[in-house]
Amino acid sequence: MLDQYIGVVITFALGAVIVLGMVSGSMIFGARSTSRRAVKDEVFECGNPSSGPARGRFSVHFYLVAILFIVFDVEVVFMYPWAIVFRQLGVPGLIEMLTFVAILGFGLAYVWRRGALAWD
Amino acid sequence: MSLSVALFYAFAAFTVISAAGVAFSRNIVYSAFALLGTLFGVAALYVFLGADFVAGAQFLIYIGGVLVLILFAVMLTHRIADGAVSNRAAGGPAALVAVGLVAAVLGRALFKARWPVVDVLADGPTTHAIGDGFLGRYVLPFELASFVLLAVLVGAIVVSRKELRS
Amino acid sequence: MLADRDSSLGPMKDLVLYLTDVAGPLRFAPYELVAMVAMLLFGAVVVFGFVLPVAGITSWLERRVWARIQSRVGPNRVGPQGFLQWLADGLKNLMKEDIIPSAADPWLFALAPYLVVIGFVATFAVVPFGDVLVIADLDIGILYITAVTGLVVVGVLMAGWASNNKWSLLGGIRSAAQIVSYEIPAGLSIFPVVLLTGTLSMQEIIRAQGWAPWHWFLFHDPFTFAAFFVFFVAALAEGNRTPFDLPEAESELVAGFCTEYSGMRYLLFFLAEWGNLYVIGAIVTTLFLGGWQVPPVTEHPVALAVFQLATFFAKAYFFVFVAMWVRATLPRVRVDQLMILCWKYMVPIALVNVVGTAIWMVVVPTSLGRVVAIAMTIGGAALVVIFFRRVRFHLRRARLGPADYYYSPFI
Repeated sequence: MLDQYIGVVITFALGAVIVLGMVSGSMIFGARSTSRRAVKDEVFECGNPSSGPARGRFSVHFYLVAILFIVFDVEVVFMYPWAIVFRQLGVPGLIEMLTFVAILGFGLAYVWRRGALAWD
Repeated sequence: MSLSVALFYAFAAFTVISAAGVAFSRNIVYSAFALLGTLFGVAALYVFLGADFVAGAQFLIYIGGVLVLILFAVMLTHRIADGAVSNRAAGGPAALVAVGLVAAVLGRALFKARWPVVDVLADGPTTHAIGDGFLGRYVLPFELASFVLLAVLVGAIVVSRKELRS
Repeated sequence: MLADRDSSLGPMKDLVLYLTDVAGPLRFAPYELVAMVAMLLFGAVVVFGFVLPVAGITSWLERRVWARIQSRVGPNRVGPQGFLQWLADGLKNLMKEDIIPSAADPWLFALAPYLVVIGFVATFAVVPFGDVLVIADLDIGILYITAVTGLVVVGVLMAGWASNNKWSLLGGIRSAAQIVSYEIPAGLSIFPVVLLTGTLSMQEIIRAQGWAPWHWFLFHDPFTFAAFFVFFVAALAEGNRTPFDLPEAESELVAGFCTEYSGMRYLLFFLAEWGNLYVIGAIVTTLFLGGWQVPPVTEHPVALAVFQLATFFAKAYFFVFVAMWVRATLPRVRVDQLMILCWKYMVPIALVNVVGTAIWMVVVPTSLGRVVAIAMTIGGAALVVIFFRRVRFHLRRARLGPADYYYSPFI
């Protein structure tokens, strides 16, 4: 089983090689300007002088979405082993899983009722 | 030294170095991004143990989920625009005691546990055994896990409620 | 890692065993080394000979397809029908100055494209091109694909943060929230197929289907049919494609998380985006459309491999075309619609699909299931016929003359 993962390591490495090759190619062949560096290095704000800090705070909604994601992601991962052995389990496996999904479904309904899924 | 052993030590070193980056970085954003290396290295070590499903789950939940959540949390922090925001080092002696205790427990577990050594890994997917365990012997903890997840959902709503109303 | 010689090594196994045999030409070389080199070569052929050209050609074809749909011409100057436009664009970007803004964080700024491109290229490790044509047939194949997408999320957030630009950060955060949200319906829509096959391996999922449409999981039962659509829409949203391309909404965010990027680094983000279209098509084909399964017409191994490769490519690229078509047709959704569509519609529908498939497997006997599959195939064919009849009806009603439209794809 494990020797398959050599292929995975190689694919990761090839992905890095693509970026490394292209970026260094651009460093070698790319244009290099000595003048007007200051203008190019500015923060891009459509030609206007930059105003205020770039890293302002953003809506807590994003954080909530990330938590929702983790909860459902963990649920999904828990369900994979169940899905694989489902053929052998039959009805008892179905009932056990329905319980699990029902509790999570209740959670989704609760979040929905509290208005956390609305986005304004 | 065979290739697999060399790869193992490479991943182990990568994990430890990334973890050191998390602990020692002055910038909390760097710490959060260095976690990527640690979590990735741990997933690779799971693969070496023949636990491919656990490695996939580690990658999916920790890198795709928890790390993103941590990054969001860091970027939501006050004064994050100041640059070098990190936890202040405080309470040195107390920390030393805590670290010593944790190290003692870990060391005891390391030397007391009986580590089963198998010559040849079982051929075939490891996921079957996990599924049988989930829906057979460990069905109660499995169902309880859904309650834990429900509690997380309710907690998240309660914590962010004030912000949502305004 | 390679101690067990009998364990499978994908397509390389027989070759490597032959080379390192006691009488083989490379008998003096260690087995591990030969296996490593063989895999490296095969991986390099896939990545450089397939992934990069497909991503590039897709960028050219997409512009041509939009142009035809919108009654324009599109790029047609570089090479025959503008076919070499993608190479010209690549060369142009190679000649550009490599700018890292002084306000940006140089390390994270440089690292972000690596994460995005690796997260995209890594999926090709398990994409099956044919019965034996796959780099690594992992037991957790489909889980692996959903997992490595996480690297893209982190890379996008890193690019947004490192740029030190308001639009970059906002675009990065929006993009990350969108990708993680739509990962849930996409992940749940895989379950009907996993339930039916009892495996996560891409090759085993394909082997559980047949070449005929009524053996595809698409037409297995109504729940898998619905799961197919949920998965495709969610995958488009994960790939930041129109109508879900808010992270790059140029009227609000300039260019989203890659606002400060230029030249080659900018191109790399879009390489991942275009190449990702093919990955979406490949996953959909594997899960729902029978993958490389071909009718039994030949026994010759090479001919069979070519036939399978062509079949898989045609099916997968059809979905790339559908994504182009969608992009040329639909307007962008708003951010509130995006989140509501995901959490209030697609997640509940996907959950119903999972539960429905499980109940279907327990309740419906095999013989009835076969009848349903054939009936659904006929229904699907009828939908296609109705579609073409509607198109012809509207063309007629518009009273266009032959001069107003022509079917030739070339100008």
